[in-house]
Amino acid sequence: MEFLVASAVGTMTAGGVYLLLRLRTFPVILGLALLSYAVNVFIFSSGRLAIDMSPILSKYGEASYTDPLPQALVLTAIVISFGMTAVLVMVSLGAFLEADTDSIDIDQTETDESAAK
Amino acid sequence: MSHWIILPVVLPAMIAPIIGFMMRHDIVLARVTSTVGTVLLLAISMVLLSMAMDGTTHIYRLGDWPAPFGIVLVLDRLSALMVLLTSVLAFMVLLHAMATGWDNRGKHFHALFQFQLMGICGAFLTGDIFNLFVFFEILLIASYGLMIHSGGRERMRAGLQYVVMNLAGSTLFLFALGTLYASTGTLNIADLAAKIPTIPADEAGLVRVAAMLLMIVFAVKAALFPVQFWLPATYSNAPAPVAALFAIMTKVGAYAILRVHTVVFGPGVPGTEGMIDAWLFPAAIVTIALGAFGVLGAKRLMPLISFSVVGSMGTLLVAVAVFSPVATTAALYYMVHSTFAAACLFLIADLVVSRRSGDSLTPTFATVQNGLFAAIFFAAAIAMAGMPPLSGFLGKLLVLDALRGPDVIVWAWTAILVGSLLTIVGFARAGSALFWKSTEIEAPLPDADGAAPHDAATVAQVTPVMLTLAVLVALAVFAGPVATYLEQTSAQLFDRSGYISAVLAPVEES
Repeated sequence: MEFLVASAVGTMTAGGVYLLLRLRTFPVILGLALLSYAVNVFIFSSGRLAIDMSPILSKYGEASYTDPLPQALVLTAIVISFGMTAVLVMVSLGAFLEADTDSIDIDQTETDESAAK
Repeated sequence: MSHWIILPVVLPAMIAPIIGFMMRHDIVLARVTSTVGTVLLLAISMVLLSMAMDGTTHIYRLGDWPAPFGIVLVLDRLSALMVLLTSVLAFMVLLHAMATGWDNRGKHFHALFQFQLMGICGAFLTGDIFNLFVFFEILLIASYGLMIHSGGRERMRAGLQYVVMNLAGSTLFLFALGTLYASTGTLNIADLAAKIPTIPADEAGLVRVAAMLLMIVFAVKAALFPVQFWLPATYSNAPAPVAALFAIMTKVGAYAILRVHTVVFGPGVPGTEGMIDAWLFPAAIVTIALGAFGVLGAKRLMPLISFSVVGSMGTLLVAVAVFSPVATTAALYYMVHSTFAAACLFLIADLVVSRRSGDSLTPTFATVQNGLFAAIFFAAAIAMAGMPPLSGFLGKLLVLDALRGPDVIVWAWTAILVGSLLTIVGFARAGSALFWKSTEIEAPLPDADGAAPHDAATVAQVTPVMLTLAVLVALAVFAGPVATYLEQTSAQLFDRSGYISAVLAPVEES
């Protein structure tokens, strides 16, 4: 279980970092999405891995429960990374329409009217 | 429990959607609402400062859950100062944006502006490190919108890189928080500060990892070497008023380092003893050098100013890196000063550049009001480079005075003094190319209908720049009282047990 979660986090992080360095907007977006999946699983496991336990104290059953806070943190992180991915997609779409290339580093032009404004 | 503390977050959070949804097509109404909101924020931050003045640490428990179970906002001298700094700067930047018409060159400037203020104020007030992450994201998502405000090829390119850089930084932040939670079981700053010193040094491996990850994240925000490279491209391509507002964004990173790495991983914590300053200090020295060389080598005005901001962040963080109350006092004074100096430079540069064809540092014909612009630029450059009589000189003097320890004096004094010299040379070169040599070139004749190539700046356009300059003068004139307040601020910051007991105090029945 520990090995499965740890290797999943590691693989996703490695893939995310690799894609992040691709210098094209689409792989970079995928890379950041992978990184955020990795970090979500990572935060989830920071409250210790537990199977078949509810995140709330049960009134009737035995007093075993898993830490609810990482679940709340993960929920926040998921919402934020979802919103950020949407923003990133819109910004890269804007950059693509503006510059006609999906490279992260759009070639600089010497005199750009809009930059001077 | 006073409800004033939550107001700097709630007020912009209420105003921004109202502007965004109801006033999106009415720029006049949006301007009025945004100005009213910013003036109210200014008033609130003054009330907060007067509350924090007496030295008590005020706590606001959200939902009245006691810390560390609920999220708390903490108002002490440092956060009150930072909120006031934000609101004063925001007011001036807003005036400039409205007078120059920047806010009307794209949609939703005012809504994004208010969201940005909400995020910055929240980041300064929060006492919970995960909540700090949330406010970071709020201020970042607003800054993405402001950064690409009014569009354009170069701006989209710089904006895209800025977004990607900061998203990677946010992911690192989450990794750091996960590590921290796994090793301590809490994310409340005061609770962390109480728990981490009890971890013995040989078991603190995870805590050390978390501390360094957090420092990298804050270093990205504070534009510290080696993660400073986003700043020149971002600031020089952002709309000028936005770049001026971003002057406070780098300070958010510096504030976070001050707060977290002083209170939580501060001096005397066995797990992280000597590790933070060992990395922060050399990085800050290199940042000063990079900023100075950048100023010297810049071919355009906006990158020149951006590199001077990098250099000033280096100077600020050198003082922070010593982690002593005296150096922190100097760092705080320099932080207030450099915020306004950078804002002043960006605003005057906007007035000049909008009347020239581009911001390259080559002489063209002199613009209208060449003398006025030259004088303001001269004053702002003096402030930024740290020459008397403005507050930059006092700031650097305080920093130098605080860095007299035998192990830091050589590097710190060399870097700051040589860096200042190079900055002076760079600004002198820029000023003479822009304002002096330009007077030798014949201005083109007015058009057939008699209109001059560019309009003169109106009083409303010059006023915000003058206000930032006035703040710099006031900082120099009232340096005594300001320094006294800042001394108390850093004493309070280093009083970790006071902070812990104030935040974790049991809730009194009411």
